[in-house]
Amino acid sequence: MKEIPQHLQARSGVNAVSSADRAAYNPRNNADPADAQQDAPLSADLSPYDIVKLARHPLRPMTSDYINLMFDDFMELHGDRRFGDDKAIITGFARLGQNRVMLIGQQKGKNTRERILCNFGMPNPEGYRKALLKMKLAERLKLPIVTLIDTPGANPDIGAEERGQAYAIAENIYQMIGLKTPIVNVVIGEGGSGGALGIGVGDRFAIMEYAYCSVISPEGCAAILWKDASHAPLAAEALKLTAKELLRLEIVDDIIPEPPGAAHTSPREAAATLKKALQRYLKEVTDTPLDILLDKRYGKYRRMGKFFEQQPQQAE
Amino acid sequence: MLKKKGVITDGLWIRCDACKGLVYKKAMEERLDVCPECNHHFRISARRRIEITLDKGSFEELWADMHPADPIEFKDRISYSERTAQEQKKTGLNEAAVVGLGSIEGKKIVFGVTDSNFIMGSMGSVMGEKIARAAEKAAETGLPLIIISGSGGGARMQEGMFSLMQMAKTNATISRLHDAGGTFISILTDPTMGGVMASYASQGDIIIAEPGALIGFAGPRVIQQTIKKTLPPDFQSAEFLLEHGFLDMIVSRQDMKKELSRIIDYLNGPAVENATEETVN
Repeated sequence: MKEIPQHLQARSGVNAVSSADRAAYNPRNNADPADAQQDAPLSADLSPYDIVKLARHPLRPMTSDYINLMFDDFMELHGDRRFGDDKAIITGFARLGQNRVMLIGQQKGKNTRERILCNFGMPNPEGYRKALLKMKLAERLKLPIVTLIDTPGANPDIGAEERGQAYAIAENIYQMIGLKTPIVNVVIGEGGSGGALGIGVGDRFAIMEYAYCSVISPEGCAAILWKDASHAPLAAEALKLTAKELLRLEIVDDIIPEPPGAAHTSPREAAATLKKALQRYLKEVTDTPLDILLDKRYGKYRRMGKFFEQQPQQAE
Repeated sequence: MLKKKGVITDGLWIRCDACKGLVYKKAMEERLDVCPECNHHFRISARRRIEITLDKGSFEELWADMHPADPIEFKDRISYSERTAQEQKKTGLNEAAVVGLGSIEGKKIVFGVTDSNFIMGSMGSVMGEKIARAAEKAAETGLPLIIISGSGGGARMQEGMFSLMQMAKTNATISRLHDAGGTFISILTDPTMGGVMASYASQGDIIIAEPGALIGFAGPRVIQQTIKKTLPPDFQSAEFLLEHGFLDMIVSRQDMKKELSRIIDYLNGPAVENATEETVN
């Protein structure tokens, strides 16, 4: 089992998916054969749950794809020095054009074997601890940090609890608030709850057009509030989890556009757009003096939330 | 909905959910809502928690009028504003968190408590803001911060991503409190889960739990459904966490006030006896 997963080998990735795989998945809805044409531009009236499905699309580019397509150089750094090396989070030195950055990216795996190795992108505590260790290294080396978020959520498992999942995520959030180097976060697929936030605190929070970010999965929310997971489409609507909604609510700072048929229809184009956006964010954050950047970062999170100071006047 | 979990009230007697024994209600109250037979710690309200933890009449609530907004106009089977109105009526609280100033055996502290009866004690914008302000108050006054969490719901889904961001907000202010040299004692009670546990609640300088409390990240049912295996006995209990190195101590409810007092005394004391004298090498 110590074999190097394919996604960690140089320049594999994007085209590793067979045409059979490709045919098996429809970007929109498997149940609807009329939607079979997958390179067609997506209609404007995608429901929030359609977007969730796009974000989870098995052919959607992942961290490993962006490593191959976007970075000019990448040296993977393994291990948390405490317990293990979580494959669900890839960390390492990367070059993005002229920028040297520390890359932290969640990885779901591109085929069944990889998905199992990566635990379907659900990190364990050692993954968060590895991410923190490398981010601390970045701080010391004065490297900006780029995180690519793509997780259904942190691993719900016995071992994860035994090793302190809640503590690991909390510690990352706590440390990232004060980390003395610029941090740019992009949701490239699923931004699942605490598992996403565990590598998702920083100076810029962007989301790709057909990614989503939510406090709970629509299925989980539906199971609790509608007592039926099949109401996930309703929950997805209620949770305001799409890029557009999150921008309107000022949770995210920017939306990174995707190719007309979504990122999986043209990973190269998606990567090019993402690269440009990252370079712009990196320029903005590295141009800002660090003390000002840290004050702004603190202020941004300190102001998060909406509430009434006093009992609101009731309309009815 | 109105029935407190695990307690069947039948006049003078209460049935303990843990040992199933009938317990005289008065005896139970005298033991601070702990079963005299099996030591099961029942979930208690924020008001009761204040009453049994702080000196009588010492609590001065801050930001009491803060009310939840409906930032994402959330609606499931009922709207979020209907839900909060219901919960307010049920609990007599404006929100799940109550914070303020108080004292323990005469020593002033900044105090906060979250009530699992109010939407499972979940953290939305109001709780996040109250915890943040409490941390700021502690940093500003130099008083110890003590927060007793009872939050099974984690981040409150009805406020969407705003709730998730409260994890970052509360942690940000705890980190500033630490920068200012302040101390945060986090007390975990049944249940403390999800986004609350994965933020401020696990950032205590000293972390204490009540016996038997359910503490963790993912809910046991979610884990069970995911891995389709039986969970180990005591999984995610306070005892389990202590064993795995995630708690400083487990303190029973009857001893909590005394123990907190002892800790504050210790923290407030001089580092060296006769600190004014010259240190001799």
